[in-house]
Amino acid sequence: MFLQFLVSGIMIGGIYGLVALGLVLVYKSSRVLNLAHGSFLMILAWLCWSFAEQLGLPIWLSILLVLAISVLAGLGVERFMLRPLIGQPILAVIIATLALGYLLEGVAIMAWGADTKGLPEFIPREPIWLGPVSIAQHYLWAFGIAILLFVLLLLFFRYTKMGLGMQIVSEDQQVARSLGIRVKNILAQSWAFALVIAAISGILFASLNSVNNGNALIGLTKALPVMLLGGLESLYGALVGGIIVGIFEIVVGGYIDPWVGGGFSNVAPLFLMLVILLVRPYGIFGWQRIERI
Amino acid sequence: MRPAGTYDTTYGQDMATVRTKAQWIMLALFLAFLLAFPHFSGIRWTGVFSLMGITLIAVFGLHITTGLCGQINLGQAAFMAVGAYTSAVLTSKLGLPFLVALPCAGIMAGIVGLIFGAPSLRIKGFYLAMSTLAAQFIIIWAVTKLFGAAAMSVPYASIGGFVLDTDTKMYYLIIALTLIAGLAALNLTRTRAGRAFTAVRDNDLAAEVMGINLFFYKLLAFFIGCFYAGIAGSLWAHCYSFSIQPLQFTLKESVWYLGMIVVGGIGSTLGAVLGTVSIRLLDKVFAPYISPLLAAAFPFLRANVTYAAGAILFALVIIIFLTKQPRGLAHWWQIIKTSYRLWPYAH
Repeated sequence: MFLQFLVSGIMIGGIYGLVALGLVLVYKSSRVLNLAHGSFLMILAWLCWSFAEQLGLPIWLSILLVLAISVLAGLGVERFMLRPLIGQPILAVIIATLALGYLLEGVAIMAWGADTKGLPEFIPREPIWLGPVSIAQHYLWAFGIAILLFVLLLLFFRYTKMGLGMQIVSEDQQVARSLGIRVKNILAQSWAFALVIAAISGILFASLNSVNNGNALIGLTKALPVMLLGGLESLYGALVGGIIVGIFEIVVGGYIDPWVGGGFSNVAPLFLMLVILLVRPYGIFGWQRIERI
Repeated sequence: MRPAGTYDTTYGQDMATVRTKAQWIMLALFLAFLLAFPHFSGIRWTGVFSLMGITLIAVFGLHITTGLCGQINLGQAAFMAVGAYTSAVLTSKLGLPFLVALPCAGIMAGIVGLIFGAPSLRIKGFYLAMSTLAAQFIIIWAVTKLFGAAAMSVPYASIGGFVLDTDTKMYYLIIALTLIAGLAALNLTRTRAGRAFTAVRDNDLAAEVMGINLFFYKLLAFFIGCFYAGIAGSLWAHCYSFSIQPLQFTLKESVWYLGMIVVGGIGSTLGAVLGTVSIRLLDKVFAPYISPLLAAAFPFLRANVTYAAGAILFALVIIIFLTKQPRGLAHWWQIIKTSYRLWPYAH
């Protein structure tokens, strides 16, 4: 039983990690906490559903189209919303991204209503049995894609010029500019990247469960604890945090929910987040900042 | 900036909120308008004004926590829920009078606010936003757990033997409390605590070096802000007596409250009023008229256009204000005032 919980937790944690990765990517380059990430994830999954089911495109083509749209959306959001907010207090960024999230939710309600739909199956349904433990193939795929993306991103940040540029921009924008790096381009690219990740994680999550407006919530209630636990700036922190939060949620759901009553496992990551905030706010791998006057 | 020829000769004049005879007359006219309002407006407008008053009290609280002290609070609606359910339980289950339940609701919300505000000493900015975001979800989960998701009915508010059983009677109570809350918020900026809040907002390390007890003042800001939310919640419970439910206090409401202080102008009491009034008018007046037009123009849109159109409209307004006019409506008001005082000269 515990083994099953552990494996399920790791698998669901992979997805949470992937969602949090999009948040970390933006935070790393521009120090913006994108609270609209979950809404992007939800609306991009809806778009994928629309292309596949309403327009009847093959699933691979609709996924590619959604990825292209997410790149454009990332560039647009950075240009028209985040760039004018540079230099304003943190509060402005938080409210702006939250408002953007509700804007997207409103659009989703207008376009698709409050329905729950299923994506066409592109990953086989039947679970794989490892001894007594069963793993749904969806989760395995999601986990595999998450790991693959992590590795690619780590290599990207370490070896490519663009990745190094993003790292220096996150460290100090003025220094980056004096080194000849176009900060605006870097920020735009990191937003485009983050939304591509949002699209991938949104489609994976939707194929695991379903496409509905409630998917937007995982950006706030799951990905934020993951990001915080791993450390706001750390890519592999997102993966490790995701797995820890996933296991925590499933184990709590399995052992404590029957005592406290349903729904506790949904808020359990938030309790974890409060504890982290009190004990170690910079997370496992995050940078501990020392403030001076 | 004063109009030419207006001089303050005493300290009292310099500190006065209402300065000139014209302002006294305008204030009296405004109060008379508020008193007479339910008699010439329909029941709908009285309801809109009551809702505006309740919202305004919650937004004043947020203005103190976030606007003055700079402590981001994403859970104001949840603290309102604490107040609403405290008041509901005290009056309906324990049979206490409304006048006891009202301050108890405020204090209870304040105490819950202290719990979630306590991390603010160590963390700030994004981290504090996350902490209060967690508060929003956890409080609503706990409320749903304790009282169920179904609507709960609450007895009418009564003061002495006088039962406030109509919208008009409730309107007068709400307006009176809103005026008191607004006056208190306005005067808070001129006390030691208010100045300490501003110092903490502008640079908390520097404030601490100057001898301001950070822990005390941050918690005080949370307590006062959540106390306001509790009062607003209690009024909400007794105003919408037959249906309070956890769904009315979602994260969205909290974000809208923050949006109201942004649209009005962060850190300004007048801004809180302007923001709340204009957003509520937009929400209650504009959205019902615009959504049938939208639905008629785009027949492929799904149901619930009113709700979605309201959300989109409001989100757009917030984003536009943040990017184009971060100082909000209060700043426009200042510009207008300065220009008519200087008229016909340019500077």
